[in-house]
Amino acid sequence: MSDFIHSIGLAEIVAGVIVVVLNAYVLMGGADYGGGVWDLLASGPRRAAQRDLIANSLAPIWEANHVWLIVVVVMMFTAFPAAFGMLGTVLHIPITLLLVGIVLRGSAFVFRSYGTGTSAHRHSWGLAFAIASAVTPILLGIIIGAVASEDVATAAGQIGNATFATVFVAPWFAAFPFAVGCLALALFAFLAAIYLTLEAKDDALREDFRRRALGAAVAVFVFAAVTLLLSRPTAPRMTAGIVSAPWSLGLHVCTALSAITAIVALWYRRYPVARVAAAAQVSLILWGWPLAQYPFIIPNTLTIQAAAAPPVTLKLLLAGLAGGGAILLPSLRYLFRTFAGHAAERARSGDEHAS
Amino acid sequence: MSDLFAARSQMALSLGFHIVFAEIGIAMPLLMVLAEWRWRRTNDAVYLQLAKRWAKGSAVLFAVGAVSGTVLSFELGLLWPKFMELAGPIIGMPFSLEGFAFFTEAIFLGVYLYGWDRISPRAHMAAGLIVAASGAASAVFVIMVNAWMNTPTGLVLAAGKITQIDPIAGMFNPSTVQQALHMLLASYAATGLAVAGLHAGILLRKPTLFHRRALMLALVVGAPAAILQPLSGDLSARTVARWQPIKLAALEGQFETERGAPLRIGGWPDVDARRTRFSLEVPYGLSLLAFHDPSAEVRGLNAFSRDLWPPIPPVHLGFQIMVALGTAMALIGVWVAIVVARRRDIVEQRWLLTALLVATPFGFIATEAGWTVTEVGRQPWVVQGIQRTADAVTPMPGLVIPMLLFGLLYLGLGAIVVALMTSIVRETA
Repeated sequence: MSDFIHSIGLAEIVAGVIVVVLNAYVLMGGADYGGGVWDLLASGPRRAAQRDLIANSLAPIWEANHVWLIVVVVMMFTAFPAAFGMLGTVLHIPITLLLVGIVLRGSAFVFRSYGTGTSAHRHSWGLAFAIASAVTPILLGIIIGAVASEDVATAAGQIGNATFATVFVAPWFAAFPFAVGCLALALFAFLAAIYLTLEAKDDALREDFRRRALGAAVAVFVFAAVTLLLSRPTAPRMTAGIVSAPWSLGLHVCTALSAITAIVALWYRRYPVARVAAAAQVSLILWGWPLAQYPFIIPNTLTIQAAAAPPVTLKLLLAGLAGGGAILLPSLRYLFRTFAGHAAERARSGDEHAS
Repeated sequence: MSDLFAARSQMALSLGFHIVFAEIGIAMPLLMVLAEWRWRRTNDAVYLQLAKRWAKGSAVLFAVGAVSGTVLSFELGLLWPKFMELAGPIIGMPFSLEGFAFFTEAIFLGVYLYGWDRISPRAHMAAGLIVAASGAASAVFVIMVNAWMNTPTGLVLAAGKITQIDPIAGMFNPSTVQQALHMLLASYAATGLAVAGLHAGILLRKPTLFHRRALMLALVVGAPAAILQPLSGDLSARTVARWQPIKLAALEGQFETERGAPLRIGGWPDVDARRTRFSLEVPYGLSLLAFHDPSAEVRGLNAFSRDLWPPIPPVHLGFQIMVALGTAMALIGVWVAIVVARRRDIVEQRWLLTALLVATPFGFIATEAGWTVTEVGRQPWVVQGIQRTADAVTPMPGLVIPMLLFGLLYLGLGAIVVALMTSIVRETA
């Protein structure tokens, strides 16, 4: 443990902040994708009401939530340009597909909200939004899985000497990254369903999302188990970290406790508690990944130290983050306060902005 | 098609697509806030209707701008990993600040669009102003990066390696102020006159109060910017003349080094014969404009090694288009100013309305042309004098495929946006 603390320098702090920002993206932007998943799976007598609730919850906040991802990208290329270059090269294909998903999700959502076309048009945009919302998290998970799997390092070392498939396809087109992709999708859907129980003002609708949250919790458990099983051969370093590092037992206990709390709270309809517990569970699962591959930013090839930009850049970046955060955090709080829990009300009064 | 050319085309497509939405995202919030302010001051409900209608259009355009901007931030690594490895530590700073400006913009746009009944009038106006200000700030930060690529500072280059970086000096390089000013004015002029043009077109057929108010507000933003833009252009051109002489020679089609160089209007640079044909020459014009001295020496392309030349015809043509359209817009701006100064009613001036209608796309075309001049004119460099574009490109083969993919995606999105905007405009026509 003390080795770990002594190894923390400027670069490691910046890397930690990147994971914090990614965590924020997962909790906010991730849940917005999850909302799209529930739009896709809307069913039963309240199908239309489910979709309206999702659309009205997302509308004012999704663009702001999306910016967390841009901050992650910008911090990566500022602070760890070598790692950013390597990932952009080897994972060109899944990142490109991720971008297509991001573009389609966002545009289809506004086209549906503001389109003046027929209901058939709106239905097609809704479908495009929902499908893109379901596919994009899988791609995000695939990218994370590929980084963790150690195959990126191998592929990067073979550029120019191996076939296209070996370098640009094999690192991500494999079982483990897909398992992580499915896990990401399940986690986002789980978060979204729980958030939506708090947005719903109508008991029947709330029950719909409570059942969906419980179902998603099962999916999370299944995909987490599959991911862990598959990680042993493909991501030995990560598995070793997750299974046997000194911190790993504590992490597992906390993750399990928060997962159980979330499910019990859902069962007893204590939704605010469920939300906090689910957010903690998702965050702990996320943090397991960077902690397990520490001190590497790309396992087996680039350490955080080796990939880092010069100290002057890191210091300026941290100063910029502090200044930016001082403006950003109160603004976000204001945004969420202005709209929290009002989605249902807006849906009932007829959304004047989309009309 | 070579991979390098495919990568450059994809980047050009992505930037060319995004820049239109970025300009609209900078200027539209100002128009919305102006309309809302008039409504709160005069209680004239037409202004409220106008503010809400503009907000509706802006919401769509802003979202498309946001997602296409996301694509760009990733593409820097997907297409130019070597550029990012070299430049990331220096230009990451303005990009990070841009990230925060964009964050603020997105947050308060949500508050503005959906908060009409939820917050106080004062808070609502403030949210709109924050969107307008942070949009402008985003543009300034992004332009800082581009300016750095044109005139890099804040680093020491020793044996191909960059040492002693100073990101703050990189942000305030010799082109920053000129380029940022030029881009901001372009955004207000292009968007303001485009909105004015749309409403002028409807006024020609059906003069309603709604469109009259819309036209006047759009002109308040567009006309002054269009009038000021040639001055900012002069500033930019003189910076290029001083720091990027090859780019200046390319955009003017100046092959020979000469004192008292003429300004060439139009014409076609014949690269093989090394002369520009069919142009109208204004004696001493270039020396005068570029250096404010009729006998100043202008270095021609022949003074530089051929492998340092950018592609000459597109740069020269782009510059001619930008200047021609910018001049037309400035003249329309002056025309508007004269009509207003003489206290005449603009809506009665059918010729002026027709001119405004014709000029609707001018600002955006000029922007694309100007962006071509600054980007193609910097070739073969991605960072002037430091890294060649060919050395920055990703080793991934088959880049023509993502280029076509994004080409199709943007084509589809563009068509949908045009259809949506048309239907939003028609609703009120």
